[in-house]
Amino acid sequence: MTQKSGSYSSPRRSVGEMIRAFFYEIYAFIMNLADVVLTPLQRVIGSRNMAYFFVLPNLLIFGIFVLFPMLLNFRYAMTSGTGLFLSDRPFVGFANYRALLNCTNFFDPNTCVEDRFWRAIWNTVFFVGFQVLGMVIFALVTALILNRGIRGRGFFRSVYFYPVLLSPVVVALIWKWILQRDGLINAVLISLDQERVNFLLNADWTKFWVIFVSIWAQMGFYMLILLAGLQSIPADIYEASAIDGASPWQDFRGITLPLLMPTLFVVLVLALIRAVQVFDQVYVLTNGGPGTATFYMVQYIYNTGFSGQPQRFGLAAAASVLLGLTLLIFTLIQLWLGRSSEAV
Amino acid sequence: MMKQRNWLLLAVMLAAMLVFAACGGGASNAPAGNEAATEAPTEAAAPAEEEAPAAEEAATEAPADGSADAAATEAPAEEAAADASSGASGDAVELRMTWYDDGAEGAVMRDLLDRFEADNPDITVIMDTVPYATGILETLPIQLAAGEGPDMVRVTDLGGLSPFFLDLTPYLEDPAYWEENFGPFLTWLRQAGDESSIPGFMTQLTVTGPYVNKTLFDQAGIELPAGDATWEEWAEVTRQVAEATGTPFAMAMDRTGHRFAGPAISEGAKYFDAEGNPALDDEGFRKMAQLLIDWHADGTMIPDVWMGAGGSYAAGNEQFINAQIVMYMSGSWQIGQFNEKIGDAFDWVAVPNPCGPAACTGMPGGAALVGIADTEHPEEVARVMAYLAQPDVLGEFYGRSLFIPGHLGLAESGVEFVTDSPLTADALTVFAAEVPKLNEVAYELQGYRFNRAIFNATSDRLTQVLVGELTLDEAMTRIQEDVDKAIAEAQ
Amino acid sequence: MLFSTNVGEFLTRTRGRRRWDVTDVIAYLYLAFGTLLMFLPVLWLVLSSFKTPAALVKFPPSILPYNQEMAAVEGYDEPLPLFTVTREDGSTAQMVQIRRVGIEAQMADPANPADVISVNINDREPVEKLSLAWENYTEPLARFNFLTYLRNSVIVTVAATIITLLINSMAAFALSKFEFRGRDVILVIIISTLMIPISVVLVPVFLVITSVGWVNSLWGVIIPGAATPTGVFLLRQYMLTLPDELLASARIDGASEWRIYWQIVLPLAAPALAVLAIFSVMWRWNDFLWPLIVLSRSELFTLQVGLNAFQGELNVQWHYVLAMTVLTLLPITIVFAFLQRFITTGIATTGMK
Repeated sequence: MTQKSGSYSSPRRSVGEMIRAFFYEIYAFIMNLADVVLTPLQRVIGSRNMAYFFVLPNLLIFGIFVLFPMLLNFRYAMTSGTGLFLSDRPFVGFANYRALLNCTNFFDPNTCVEDRFWRAIWNTVFFVGFQVLGMVIFALVTALILNRGIRGRGFFRSVYFYPVLLSPVVVALIWKWILQRDGLINAVLISLDQERVNFLLNADWTKFWVIFVSIWAQMGFYMLILLAGLQSIPADIYEASAIDGASPWQDFRGITLPLLMPTLFVVLVLALIRAVQVFDQVYVLTNGGPGTATFYMVQYIYNTGFSGQPQRFGLAAAASVLLGLTLLIFTLIQLWLGRSSEAV
Repeated sequence: MMKQRNWLLLAVMLAAMLVFAACGGGASNAPAGNEAATEAPTEAAAPAEEEAPAAEEAATEAPADGSADAAATEAPAEEAAADASSGASGDAVELRMTWYDDGAEGAVMRDLLDRFEADNPDITVIMDTVPYATGILETLPIQLAAGEGPDMVRVTDLGGLSPFFLDLTPYLEDPAYWEENFGPFLTWLRQAGDESSIPGFMTQLTVTGPYVNKTLFDQAGIELPAGDATWEEWAEVTRQVAEATGTPFAMAMDRTGHRFAGPAISEGAKYFDAEGNPALDDEGFRKMAQLLIDWHADGTMIPDVWMGAGGSYAAGNEQFINAQIVMYMSGSWQIGQFNEKIGDAFDWVAVPNPCGPAACTGMPGGAALVGIADTEHPEEVARVMAYLAQPDVLGEFYGRSLFIPGHLGLAESGVEFVTDSPLTADALTVFAAEVPKLNEVAYELQGYRFNRAIFNATSDRLTQVLVGELTLDEAMTRIQEDVDKAIAEAQ
Repeated sequence: MLFSTNVGEFLTRTRGRRRWDVTDVIAYLYLAFGTLLMFLPVLWLVLSSFKTPAALVKFPPSILPYNQEMAAVEGYDEPLPLFTVTREDGSTAQMVQIRRVGIEAQMADPANPADVISVNINDREPVEKLSLAWENYTEPLARFNFLTYLRNSVIVTVAATIITLLINSMAAFALSKFEFRGRDVILVIIISTLMIPISVVLVPVFLVITSVGWVNSLWGVIIPGAATPTGVFLLRQYMLTLPDELLASARIDGASEWRIYWQIVLPLAAPALAVLAIFSVMWRWNDFLWPLIVLSRSELFTLQVGLNAFQGELNVQWHYVLAMTVLTLLPITIVFAFLQRFITTGIATTGMK
């Protein structure tokens, strides 16, 4: 606040500062206006209890539009039928959960009643593992390189960040046109007299490209976070170790990596959240195919409860409850790990 | 302790819901304030450091801001709708028609509606064009179930949505005209047991059937097979053509259980048991499935369509347009875009559906424009529908949209298709001639309320066989199970 | 050993070094390659949006939008397509095609159209010229209310972002700087929903919207996502690092809690707010499924809903979809271009904490 008013009162100001000052004036005016009501409120309820006033708007919206629907989902999971309203839906107890978990061998989806659910689970596990790993490695390497004395770092930083702005649907569309049989890569291959490769026809290639494309689209964000982490490591630590005659590799292992650990942890958590939720991008790029090679959890829920006919809300809700509980356990483990390493 | 808190939370949420409901209602009546709206973009572009402070300022203004614009934006649309109707009175009934576009048919419909509005100043019809898959297939059923549907809508899931359709009969001057001309299609729009309601009419009838690249046949010096050739014979001939001309693939078929059903029925698939319940695992179905598998195994069919990435539906039209395949099993709706995209590159012709031991049939299909029972203005909806269903109006719609008429009188008298391409006209004639040849099972399947469950199970599971995730036996079991589960859910 | 030394040096060198060596070359090669990889796909999208429907599905695809050249010829009303014809003697000439019958084309010299010869279709190549299919842009703009969609998108994005910033920062302030009963319960509940994607609870949320009466209201799009757990989490983590002494001294000076919030905490949390703002803008601008469910009236459609309306049942009008996609990218690209420095450094500073 002091900075703001300081720049406001300085005699010579640039246009940018004047605009800033203008907006700050408006902001301050409105906030002061709010204070006219809120100061008496604080007098009545006490300054401690103002906390309730601050959390209330968020809590209301969160409760009504996030938490309440999730609780409703528990209820939906115990019903069947095609009715939209709970009152039209017969109660079936745990039948939906039983259907989902009915497997002779959990590792062979073909032995499961809901085989697609289990295919989706194992595909998601595969995807999350490799995507997060690849994401962290590429983001880290790029950040390390940009952290060198690179000319035009700002330019590269923006270029790598730009795909983050694209919607998942656009990302998928672009890459579909590049990868498909008559796509850009095959055109290049053919002009070089090479064999055409049917990327989207081969399960392994498709799994690879789905991971590649999601890394392409999101890497810039994580790279920036890591870059900031790197730049916060004081240079004199390296100088000291150079005097000790440490090799660069020892520097990396002994200094860079340990000091970067907290940042790396944040990146890992965020990447994991995004990876588990993977949906729209893959939906447009491969729609789960070929066969069910890239068919993931959220798509299973979406297809079952939304795009199938008839829409099976009950089964989809049960699947989403199972997904939610699994994710909750993951989140708690992560937070616990994070707390113990003082990272978050 | 925990529990108590949760209950408290729930109570607070419920109370808050009421407050919000009240606010929502109040806000929408707020007076317009256009300055606030024009300010919004500037704020977004303001230096981001200032974004947070600037944020609050507009937040307090937001209620007026948002609703004002909702009201303001309504104006242009209404104007556009109203400008044709010269003397539109202030209290004109506004009807909502949810639409989707495959090509330019939406523009044709708008044209016709403009004319209607000119004659009926007391009604305006606004078309809301949405994406097909997410809008019509996935979202619309939920909106309808919640009672938030439009007044009229163009749908393809005719049986599945039939509980929501409006029976126009009491509002129509001449229901007999509808029975007479739309009779066989009206049964698709009715719920089981309903034999009299008139929910709407077909915006188009589609027929599945193959196209061939005639130029490739000419180059290979091979004659087109006769009209009663079997699927196996066609496969053989197209393979020869592909080989002689260096074309990569002989055949393609859209990946959908709907395209598959025609050939399967020709091979003897019955789809239903004696009681009319789906029974898919029979010799005919397996025969066609096996052919499909073989054709993929030996390279007759292009693998991308059925085995590539993609959901329950994938089309082979692009490969056909690029002359990568000799024969393409699709349907009458491709005519418009073939006309546009192939142009003069080669001669594309529609041919009659190949035969099997049981039939030489394709599948009928199509989309219908229907009224929705929740509408507040059933009478006005009926007037719009009656206007559109007149022979000359509907004939113009079919003719300009290049759609096969779903109107028996027009089918008989013929529709004047607006095209200068002889290839287009020929193809339309071929498909129109397929309509009377369609097999009974094909009609039954098309009219079946849960046919979409059958089609999706077919394409999803057969794809899994093609890519090696299932055997055909396993797939047959899964298909039947999928369909049974879907039906059980709905009953 | 040599390898690991090189790799190590490659990965640890910091700025301000002496002279060029092999690791610098590798670094720049990596960056150059990465730049191509990041940019070419987007460029491809923009170029493709200028292609005609026929050119879009053509294989092999051309990099730039080409169209067949047409020539006006005496005696014919319409311009005729121009081809390069290879004659039997191997010489080539540019000729127009009058009509094609089967595999034979009737062609003529544009200067002398009366002299028609028959040419096998394999002996002719279309003459192409660079041309931008502006109609991909102009036609949908004429038919669809682009400005209305744009305005709705801007309203949704701006309003949602402002509300998100306001309520999430308020909550984060309370959760980080106050001790009060129920705080831990609220925190645990919010954090436990961090990972659950909104797409799995679409139907219940829609039911809530219906009972609130916000179907076909922009509020139904704006409000439900405003209280994002990620936002509260992010802001709270940042505010925890702000020194409590600042707040304490302000209280001694008699500042109200609200004043502390808007005059001290918010300005100091600007980097974190910037990150959340970017998150929110990206998400709202690109959101498609939720607006489609809530809004069924076209005067309320957002850009994403509008542009997807070109996806039909049996045919997708890709040329329109691509062109409109490029248009929806423009505003966000411009904003990014102006704020690029701030956005990237803003994210960077938050990540550190």
